[in-house]
Amino acid sequence: MITVKQLTKAFGTFTAVNNLSFDVKPGEVLGFLGPNGAGKSTTMKMITGFLAPTAGVVSVDGHDIVKDTIAAQRLIGYLPEGAPSYGEMTVESFLKFIAEVRGFKGQDAKNCIEKAIHTVELESVRLQPIDTLSKGFKRRVGLAQAVLHDPKILILDEPTDGLDPNQKQHVRELIQNLSKDKIVIISTHILEEVSAVCTRAMIIADGAIVADGTPAELQSMSRYHNAISIRFDSSVDTSSLSSIIGVSEVVHEGDWVTLIPENSDGLLERVNNKLEELNLHAEEIFVERGRLDDVFRKVTREAAQ
Amino acid sequence: MSMLGVVVKRELSSYLATPLAFIFTVIFLVLNGVFAFYLGNFYERGQADLVSFFSFHPWLYLFLVPALAMRLWSEERKTGTIELIMTLPIPTKDLIIGKFLASWLFIGAALLLTFPIWITVNYLGDPDNGVIVASYLGSWFMAGGFLAIGCCLSATTNNQVIAFILSVVVCFLFIVSGFPMVLDVFQSWAPAWLIDAVSSLSFLTHFNAISRGVLDLRDVLYFALVISTWLAATAIVIDMKKAE
Repeated sequence: MITVKQLTKAFGTFTAVNNLSFDVKPGEVLGFLGPNGAGKSTTMKMITGFLAPTAGVVSVDGHDIVKDTIAAQRLIGYLPEGAPSYGEMTVESFLKFIAEVRGFKGQDAKNCIEKAIHTVELESVRLQPIDTLSKGFKRRVGLAQAVLHDPKILILDEPTDGLDPNQKQHVRELIQNLSKDKIVIISTHILEEVSAVCTRAMIIADGAIVADGTPAELQSMSRYHNAISIRFDSSVDTSSLSSIIGVSEVVHEGDWVTLIPENSDGLLERVNNKLEELNLHAEEIFVERGRLDDVFRKVTREAAQ
Repeated sequence: MSMLGVVVKRELSSYLATPLAFIFTVIFLVLNGVFAFYLGNFYERGQADLVSFFSFHPWLYLFLVPALAMRLWSEERKTGTIELIMTLPIPTKDLIIGKFLASWLFIGAALLLTFPIWITVNYLGDPDNGVIVASYLGSWFMAGGFLAIGCCLSATTNNQVIAFILSVVVCFLFIVSGFPMVLDVFQSWAPAWLIDAVSSLSFLTHFNAISRGVLDLRDVLYFALVISTWLAATAIVIDMKKAE
């Protein structure tokens, strides 16, 4: 379990992380969301013991990160932003170095290197210097390094940045397949990723938490939550849709018309009735669960004001 | 294996993975030869010693050691690997000493490769090999002093060229502080203890003392102190500059 209490980091007069408090329990996959410069990476750097907090406490499985750094770092696998690694080393020798640092010897070291190489599919480049690899492979080397010792806590700073859609999918599967007693913290700007892999999402803006909940809970904060989107086949007159009781706004996006509810009760039925009454034929119709990008914009803008 | 050993091993293997080690060694050996034989008049002096060889070492190290040290920390900062290595369960002290030690051992190996000149002087005459061994040790200690300075200044910047220039300047000050031209400046006004203090800061004073064949504990202690002070400063600089 990770406990963060009143965590603050100031660089001179600039406060990057401001009085952050939260717990993460085993089994949780926590997604950090936030605009660039919101303090996501700085928070991760403090949890992993790279930066010392200006104030506040981070405890990793009972180990204080400042007083008991090494013990805490043993439990953590960390992929820093940009997946840095030693470019002149080959993939295999780099992972061998990591295995030695993690205390593996002989056959154990070989086994865990093989497993890591297999997990992130690095077989084809294992003897190449890391400098010669593509961005996607470099990212995977970083991931291999982080998961090598099968850590209880995995902290990944933008793990899918720079990967193609297939590789992104692969990394997401990798995170989902981790056994359920682990703590995973990832940071991302990709909102779909949060609904895909996270059990909990936290939006950070200007160093403070502005939203914290399951992806579904965050979606329900959206004004699109339970909104009804309808696609009509041709340019029909949809102006009268705004007169439906309970519709606060009508949004047109291409062929789509979205009816934003005042409150959610029974809107679908009233919309159906209205469509029948007007004799309008809908090609598609569905109830939205909410849009994360909308929530993201809303809460981060509110924080900025 | 201890963490220190793991760090030393990685650093050494990264030297061997790049042309750096090879180029450094070749230049070091060639310049040593050029200095000893042409500028030092090794043959013309007609003496069976290696004074003409060792007397150029401070000047050789002045440029070559900062060139070796400049990448130690600035490269880690530039590529971001500093964040990787400092979040692995390795004590910072082991990282700093390990990186230093790897480079120091490497310089030691390059120094050992100058053995043909030792064979030459033994073939031509009958030198005092005790003095030569002491000189080799003195030269290696002095290289360690330069290296520790370079290590610390490399941590101050993520630009290797700046690290190099800073190190050369500071190393130069540590060489010339024993020279008459520097001491003369102090001579007219400064108390004797200050002049002594400045002159005793000089690498040359201590290196020359060791090269005379007298392995005085104070001279060895001096270099040990220089190395540990600069390495301790490295730890402070890294801690201060980490966030940048």
